[in-house]
Amino acid sequence: MARVLMKGNEAVGAAAIAAGCRHYFGYPITPQSELLEYMSVHLPKVGGVFLQSESEVAAINMCYGAAGAGARVMTGSSSPGIALMQEGISYLAGAELPSVIVNIVRGGPGLGGIQPAQSDYHQSTRGGGDGDYKLLVYAPSTVQEMAELVALAFDKADEYRNPVMIVGDGMLGQIMEPVEIVERPPDPALPPKTWATTGTRDHPGSRSIINSLFLKPEVLEHHILDLFAKYERMREREVLVEEYRVEDADLVVVAYGTTARIVKSAIAALAAEGVRVGLIRPITLFPFPAESLRRLPDRVANLLVVEMSMGQMIDDVRIANEGRRTVHFLGRTGGMIPLPQVIADTVRHILAEHHAGDVPHVSVGDEKGGR
Amino acid sequence: MARPADPRPAPAPDAAASGPTPVRVIAGHYGSGKTEFAVSLALRDAARGRRVALVDLDIVNPYFRSRERAGLLEAAGVRVISSSLGHVATVEIPAIAPEVRAPIADPTTDVIVDLGGDDVGARVAVQLRADLRRRGYELLIVVNAHRPETRDAAGVLRHLDRIAAATGLTPSGLVSATHLLRETTPAHVLAGLALCREVAGLTGLPIRYVAAIPDALAGLPAGALLDRGRPIEAVAVGPHLREDWM
Repeated sequence: MARVLMKGNEAVGAAAIAAGCRHYFGYPITPQSELLEYMSVHLPKVGGVFLQSESEVAAINMCYGAAGAGARVMTGSSSPGIALMQEGISYLAGAELPSVIVNIVRGGPGLGGIQPAQSDYHQSTRGGGDGDYKLLVYAPSTVQEMAELVALAFDKADEYRNPVMIVGDGMLGQIMEPVEIVERPPDPALPPKTWATTGTRDHPGSRSIINSLFLKPEVLEHHILDLFAKYERMREREVLVEEYRVEDADLVVVAYGTTARIVKSAIAALAAEGVRVGLIRPITLFPFPAESLRRLPDRVANLLVVEMSMGQMIDDVRIANEGRRTVHFLGRTGGMIPLPQVIADTVRHILAEHHAGDVPHVSVGDEKGGR
Repeated sequence: MARPADPRPAPAPDAAASGPTPVRVIAGHYGSGKTEFAVSLALRDAARGRRVALVDLDIVNPYFRSRERAGLLEAAGVRVISSSLGHVATVEIPAIAPEVRAPIADPTTDVIVDLGGDDVGARVAVQLRADLRRRGYELLIVVNAHRPETRDAAGVLRHLDRIAAATGLTPSGLVSATHLLRETTPAHVLAGLALCREVAGLTGLPIRYVAAIPDALAGLPAGALLDRGRPIEAVAVGPHLREDWM
């Protein structure tokens, strides 16, 4: 397909179908509804199944059923709808069922608002559902990248037998950008889904059982250890990160998604006046690109985390940082979008105080001063 | 940008002499560039000394609406009318300001109506149908060949028919708005014009405007802005709805 103009939400749908997704279950919600609308129009054309469920709870459990039968399945929603799905997501993780879940994040808590936010970082990476589990979480920053990560997400979900989440904010869902959707059928190297509940014709005498209930604690512990061996493999192999101008940076910003684009505008403005600022942009939120932070040059004494939240990813930055550098924070929340000039001003402020030998400032919130 | 994007200033009819100008109602498939065109058209006409009101009737999408640029428009002298809740860009409530009819009734004001996308978004114009017919209107269909649903004439006609049916208004012209945002080239604009010519041939509708970023318009070959001998007005678009970082 040639390059076309698509909304982020539409591109997610087109990329999913191009990746062989033939089942979509969901419930509409701003700012994500165009994904559902796209699937309702286009899935039937390729022999797929679209169903608008009675709730997000139903949608995620329909995904459980379709994934259990071996189908490539997707659902999507926005923050409060994803909150409703958490129980089902935990069940998918527990039963090791591949599914792709798209969260086009809006401001919360509760119904919140309908403008872009990044306040679901914890919900995505810590799990809102019960138990010890992880999702593989991708955070694109452009419509094109979102389309490519959707395709990758289906393969990774199958490879790891794990739910994979795409986290975009409302701006990414709504923005119209040039995009090329490439047909990307399932990776032929993926193993056949012998575990799927498709009958016993091919393997008489051995039934496929999909389940997340293990009443014997030693059996459940063993199951969880197996899950965590899988998550460890993700940590080793699946980290995606963009490191931008970090080599000679005096300060490094950590930001993802739409916010990272705004940070790049600020970095360009600062570079014009000789201030060297780098960016670490996590593309996977889990696994978090901790190594990119650890191997920064010694000269980088300050990190600035910018998020459209009150500070959630900053926890992972602090864990990776292990106290080596001062971690500062700048956030807008509730649907507000940080401005490039405010980010640039914050960087100047931090560097000025740093060179003056002062204690790190606390006005925008930092590790020592709190927010 | 060496030369102005719009080489032929439109004649500005004197309202007192020739009556009110028709209301320009902007509709089309969502994501085609309606709002960018409407905002750019309003700013252009205001800069030419016209008294312009822009009515934002998009009640279906809470992102990228004209009212987001109310400050820019009002500073340029354009009256902006949107929701009865004020220019609140962040709600999805079908609350239309009661004063939407006022500029339509005022013959000294040029009126541009920015409808929401598709037939669903255009349907709200039904409320203004009687006012529009009384004053006179142009229903302008914005066409973007880079939107998958309107990449060919059949797709454009499908949207055109649905919008006409939903609004009860008669389409009166096309706006060729094929673009790839800041990457738009003259070749993209020409391809979009070719699609509009095909639709114009099938429907008899004139191509009234071509809209694109200034650089793309500046690179068009001589004679490109003619539709069966009639001039097509070029409108340079901002892009006003895009922040620099987008």
